[in-house]
Formats: sequence, structure tokens, C-alpha cells
Amino acid sequence: MSESTFLFQYVLHLADDVLILGHRNSEWTGHGPILEQDIAISNIALDLIGQARNFYQYAAQLSNEEGISATEDSLAYLRDGWDFRNCLLAEQTNGDWAKTILRQFFFSAHQVDLYAWLAKGNDTTLAAIGAKAYKEAIYHLRWSSEWVIRLGDGTEESHARMVRALDELWKFTGELHTPVPYELWATGAGIGPDLSLLRLKWEERIKNIFDEAGLTYPSTQWMQTGGKEGRHTEQLGYVLAEMQFLQRAYPGCEW
Amino acid sequence: MSVQDLEKIFQDKIDADIRIEPKDWMPDAYRKTLVRQMSQHAHSEIVGMLPEANWITRAPTLRRKATLIAKVQDEAGHGLYLYSATETLGTGRDELLEQLHTGKAKYSSIFNYPTLTWADMGAIGWLVDGAAIMNQVPLCRASYGPYARAMVRICKEESFHQRQGFEILLTLSRGSEAQRRMCQDAINRWWWPSVMMFGPNDDASPNSAQSMQWKIKRFSNDELRQKFVDVSAEQVKILGMTLPDPDLVWNEDKQHYDFGAIDWDEFWNVIKGNGPCNKERLEARVKAHEDGAWVREAAMAYAEKVSRNSVKKEIA
Repeated sequence: MSESTFLFQYVLHLADDVLILGHRNSEWTGHGPILEQDIAISNIALDLIGQARNFYQYAAQLSNEEGISATEDSLAYLRDGWDFRNCLLAEQTNGDWAKTILRQFFFSAHQVDLYAWLAKGNDTTLAAIGAKAYKEAIYHLRWSSEWVIRLGDGTEESHARMVRALDELWKFTGELHTPVPYELWATGAGIGPDLSLLRLKWEERIKNIFDEAGLTYPSTQWMQTGGKEGRHTEQLGYVLAEMQFLQRAYPGCEW
Repeated sequence: MSVQDLEKIFQDKIDADIRIEPKDWMPDAYRKTLVRQMSQHAHSEIVGMLPEANWITRAPTLRRKATLIAKVQDEAGHGLYLYSATETLGTGRDELLEQLHTGKAKYSSIFNYPTLTWADMGAIGWLVDGAAIMNQVPLCRASYGPYARAMVRICKEESFHQRQGFEILLTLSRGSEAQRRMCQDAINRWWWPSVMMFGPNDDASPNSAQSMQWKIKRFSNDELRQKFVDVSAEQVKILGMTLPDPDLVWNEDKQHYDFGAIDWDEFWNVIKGNGPCNKERLEARVKAHEDGAWVREAAMAYAEKVSRNSVKKEIA
């Protein structure tokens, strides 16, 4: 595969992760458990969709340079599931507040180090996006960490719900740090981080917060993967069916 | 000081356009009326999130998706300022939410109408937020300080929302045949409910005189409604669309638009709970509240633990 194809796929992967996660979070808007937290989760959704737009715009530029016309919207709205490269974790349903919080926490704990790395990487566009997104991810991590602790160490019910959320989501966390070919290429080119190093940092972050939250760090090793190469869970199809409805029903329109 | 003296000082202040602040003496009826008016407005913001949130996951472009989330989030913020402002009158958010959830408190009936197409995001911004602004701008000069200050901020954001809404419709009006149809259909459905947002005719609005004297209402329902019709009748021309009122015609003598009869039967029925979405809207709010109960309990329990531990540390 050519360098430009690897780069394109890598950028799309970064974009798809935050679009799908942001979309999921935005399903909470208007339905949050506390008004202040409705605002907070919507704000995080907004940050993530903003990051997605930056990544997609870059991916579209790369595509156009290769003579294949694309826009941020054609990339988001006109690809089917097998072309989406987001991690499986991003597309998992919201479930209750515990599951949404834990999903965000797992992601943010990964994104802070990923974005910090991109910010000093060799690709100037990704470095600029990474630097901006890093600041947002730091806030998302702090917010979600506080909630993991609050729910883990809150009431018997909230603790039980966190344990259940952990049971549902843990198997999707390994994919965050299991590199696929375009990530290996990015690491080699000094554009993206070495995921095995990021994994160590991530585990430490999770363990520290779990300690405070009274949650047990799982020993299960078996992990689901495939999302980053377009093999998804059943959840993604529904997200796309809903998200892409207007663009599919009325093709070629300006909105 | 006698109550009469206090009342005189209070009304003198209002007449001199001096703001009433939370710790000032005020008549019970003024407090009660304000709590009702402000909490109704707060509830309207919160319930009003639902019809638009309905399209966040289906917004047609990433830019539209982001601006729609930001808009609905602004509405949550407005609810928050207004609940906080109402708290300064001695009624807490829990009590107000209880009134909403049990159906004791009202919210704007407009949110009991469904959002059926993307064009509704435009029509709500243009017409519903437009009507809200007509109502709310005068309230930036309301006599109660915390209310007036909240309204200043709310109105700034609302006028931004209105421009966004109009721009959505403008884009549709210049689009495909289907998009233009979508645009006209949304205007047809939202026009009359928006005209009704100003409330009953002045002769059927018994509390208005007192509220005017207290300066918590500054123009009559019919005055505001006329202004809204006049402005909208001109703006719709820019869209190349029409308002669904065959009687709408410019009256040269009055220098206003004449418009058709309002279906008050529909108005009162939607208020009574018979609108297309009354049940869903309230159920969605109650569900969010009930589903969130364990979250709020956990947050409280954790906060108590933390404060107990910090006390222990101080003692040690």
C-alpha cells in the first residue's frame, strides 16, 4: 500500500473514532440525569465532533490531492460500515450513565496520550489538530475520571452498575492499543505513537482511578478487535442508518 | 413599617425603574407570580430541548450537527440560569421539577408539536425562537433583577439561534424541489402554533394588568403578536415561501398586517394536554429524571463521604 493510502486510512481512523463516540454522546442531549451533566456530556459530544471535522477535512484534502474528490461530509455520510475504521468501543450503545461514563473514560485515557504524541509528531496538520484536541481530552479525562470515582465509590447501586458496565465494555478496550497496518506505518513514519508504549500509560491511568473508585482491574485478556479494519459490531449499522438518513434519502443536496 | 408603607416603597422603586433584588421586601403575590412565570420559562427551555434533540442524530452535515448540539445545549443553559434565578425567590429546583413532572406547572405549548423533518429545525429557529425573542427582549428590563439579568444573556443567544434557523430555511429554499417542499411544509405546520405562543387575546388575559404594573410584562399579548406577524410576513418573502394564512394582507391605514382568526379551540386543547406530543414530552422528562435518580444519589453519597473524610482529617 502506498504511503498516501496509509496516511489517509490513519486520519480516517482518527476521525471515525471521535465522530462515532461524539454521536453516541449526543444521544444524551436533553435526557441527562442532571441538567449540569446534560450540558457536560453535550459539550464533550461537541468537542469530539469538532475534532472529527478537523480530521475529516484533512482526510478530504489528502483524497483530493490523489484526484479522488471528497469532503468532510462525503466521508462521514456516504461510506458504509465496512469503510469505517473506528474502534468497536466507540460504537457501543450508551446503556446507562455508568456505561457512558466508563466508555468515555477508557477513550479519554487513551486520547490524552495519543493527542499529546500527535502534537509533536512529524505530520504538521495532525500535530496542529492534536495540540488543540489534547486540551479538550484533558478535560474529558478529568470529568470522566471524577465520575468513575463518584459512581464506583458512591452507593451500592452505582457500584454495581459500574461493575456491570465494566463487564460489558472491557473486551473492547484492547483494540485501542492493538495496532493495525496503517498504525504500524504511522509509528514507523514518526507520525503516530507506538501503541505498546501508550498501552502502559493507559493501564496505569485506569488502575489509579479504579483504585480510588474501588473497582477491580479485570484480569481477562481476550479482546475483541476488527473495528479499525472495518469489521464492526452490529451497533454501527444502526448509528449510520440514522446519521446518514438525509444524505442518502436526498442525494446531492446542499444543507 | 406597615405593609402599606412597604408596598409603596416597592411600587415607587418599580415606577422609578429601580430593580427589585432578592433580599428586598416584595409582596407575596409578586413573588408568586414571578416564580410561576420564571419557572414556566425554565421548564419551556428544558422541554424545548426535546423536539430539536430529536434531530441531532439525523442532522444532515457535520456543521449542522455541531450547531444543533450547541443550540440545544444553550437551551439547557437557559434553563439553568432561570432555575437559579427562581431559586433567589426561595423556590428550589427540586420543587419546580416536581411541579413539572406532576403536570402542575406548565411549559410553552409550542413544544407539544412534533418535529417531522429537518426543515423543522429551521422553522423552530426562525418562528418559535423569533416569537420567543419578541416576548423576551422586553423582559431584559423586567423589574426583578436576577430575572432581567438572565434574560439579557438568553436573548443574545436566542437571536443567534433565530438567525441560524432562518439560514437553514434559506438553504432549503434555494435547494431541490423536495427541499423547497420540506421548507414550505415546516412553515405551514409551525406558523399558527407560533402565533399562538403570545397567549390569549388581551381581553381574555386577566392577569396582564397587574403584571404590567409590576413591570414583569411590558407589552400586551396582542401588541407582541402583531409585531411578530409584521416582521414574519416580510421575512417569508426572502425565502420565497408563503405563510399559511389567506387573510394575511397589509393594511395601509393601520400600517400593520391584518391576519386571520386564531383557532383558540386548538390553543386551549393543547394547553389542556391534548396536543400531539404532550404525553411524550412529559414522559421523556420524567424518564430522564427517574433514570437519573441513582446517579444523583451516588453523587450525593460520594460528596458526603468526601466531606466526612475531610472533617476527619482536620480533626486528626
